[in-house]
Amino acid sequence: MSKNIDDLKNISSQVRRDIVRMVHQVQSGHPGGSLGCTDFLVYLFFNLMKRKDSFDMNGLNEDVFFLSNGHISPVFYSVLSRAGYFDKSELSTFRKLNSRLQGHPATHEGLPGIRVASGSLGQGLSVAVGSALAKKLNKEDNVVYVLMGDGELQEGQIWEAMMYAAHNKVDNIIATIDFNGQQIDGPVDEINSLIDLKDKLESFGWKVYESDGNDFDSLSSTLEKARKNLFNGFPIINIMKTVMGKGVDFMENSHKWHGIPPNDEQLNDALSQNKETLGDY
Amino acid sequence: MERKEYTYTEKKDTRSGFGDGLTELGKNNENVVALCADLTGSLKMNDFKNNHPERFFQVGIAEANMMGLAAGLTIGGKIPFTGTFANFSTGRVYDQIRQSIAYSHKNVKICASHAGLTLGEDGATHQILEDIGMMKMLPGMTVINPCDYNQTKLAAIALGDHVGPAYLRFGRPKWPIFTPENAKFQIGKGIKFLDGNDISIFATGHMLWQALEAEKILFSLGVSCEVINIHTIKPLDEKIILESIKKTKCAISCEEHNIIGGLGESISRLISEKHPIPFKVIGVNDSFGESGKPLDLLEKYNLNPESIKEAALEVIDKK
Repeated sequence: MSKNIDDLKNISSQVRRDIVRMVHQVQSGHPGGSLGCTDFLVYLFFNLMKRKDSFDMNGLNEDVFFLSNGHISPVFYSVLSRAGYFDKSELSTFRKLNSRLQGHPATHEGLPGIRVASGSLGQGLSVAVGSALAKKLNKEDNVVYVLMGDGELQEGQIWEAMMYAAHNKVDNIIATIDFNGQQIDGPVDEINSLIDLKDKLESFGWKVYESDGNDFDSLSSTLEKARKNLFNGFPIINIMKTVMGKGVDFMENSHKWHGIPPNDEQLNDALSQNKETLGDY
Repeated sequence: MERKEYTYTEKKDTRSGFGDGLTELGKNNENVVALCADLTGSLKMNDFKNNHPERFFQVGIAEANMMGLAAGLTIGGKIPFTGTFANFSTGRVYDQIRQSIAYSHKNVKICASHAGLTLGEDGATHQILEDIGMMKMLPGMTVINPCDYNQTKLAAIALGDHVGPAYLRFGRPKWPIFTPENAKFQIGKGIKFLDGNDISIFATGHMLWQALEAEKILFSLGVSCEVINIHTIKPLDEKIILESIKKTKCAISCEEHNIIGGLGESISRLISEKHPIPFKVIGVNDSFGESGKPLDLLEKYNLNPESIKEAALEVIDKK
């Protein structure tokens, strides 16, 4: 049953608490992109995807999701747990020895919800397109979702996959780009600019939508529109503007919080900005 | 086992064995799919493509994407066989294989043609001699290098039932067919071709024929060779190797690969840990290849029967 916007906001608030607590606890991990993509992943898992309650690797007859920018694992783990794939208590094992919650997502330890390892950038779109091809062979009408970073688009393999999907009319996929404009070393525009990304994607044969990834109304209307355009002979992509560090004021809009954890004081500040709604892990 | 003199009546490329094995797999297993990076003819994948166009994916010259697509296709129960040259199947896409396939334990069969020196005139850019090493280092990766057309066909078919990532390495030149069409092929199990007492010769890929030719010379000199085919480099059949060297007390290995990282290195580790004996690795001595005819290249790089014979005598001398 789909959730209303207040429900979604409450889930996001809890997920943001999970993220900052997880990275604070082990003093490592990537809070910036995780916070920025929180609302998208919450919307995806709680309202958009047609998914089964339990997890099986093949994901037959359900929508599946791939996280290509695997470094934002904190948000992925939190959302998977809050969506019921595993108990929230396991979030406390993030990045620790013998954990299923590896620094970057992996299938190796058997964590439900993960279908491929990611972290080395640029690979997820290819895997998602392959999964979409399998769905076509299986005559499923389900959808494959994939999230990539904007800096990640500097990887050449992304563009191989872009060409392939358009040429082969892979039209059961909705890719999303986390367009926060930041990467580790600085703003994307200073490191290696994407110039006119929308034009680029359109010229590669994709149907392009644009959304505000930190606004549920925008996410809802854009992704619903996108869904209505599935199975029309072209792949679909959503350029999703987000604020890196969204929801924690001192982290917002700065690449500096890409991969560093908050200290004790900063944690308390961050938690005071995101209320506990579903119970901390 | 009575000594048999191995001969052949026909030569055929091992890549055709792959292509014909894939054709058979396509007929018998509807989950088998094939991907190719613009080398359908070279990889002999045309039959599969023509028989099952819906299960064949032409990805163009984009090998990294091909590996990712293959990983994705397994999610949904497909068994993807990727086809391109060995160089582009491994070195070019090592990280894609490492993360999306090996670490993720995806059931992808990486099928690689034109491996080694015997691809010939194209030269060192295409003659990969490091691929076995790269692939065997990946945890969980099965590595197979069959010796002739028949064995390559059997290996491809066997991979249809094998679960997990695998690397199948084969080549371009027409090569003697000296194994039976209906031989038993078991992944991970070596095959004894000749029983002998003086030295064990372990050979993989095209080099098994070279080893059998060397044995003929050695036999004429009164040397009794035990010739064993190690088609599966990983997992290594330790039992057949240890049993043989306990009897012969010395050994050599033969492969069309750098001496660093290949079959010989795997055997070296095994025997140094479990049963040290005099041993020598025959392979390319840490260099790149070059253009030339396949047999001329094997001779120049000391992978011909004469060089194998010399190495065998040298090792026997150290007993």
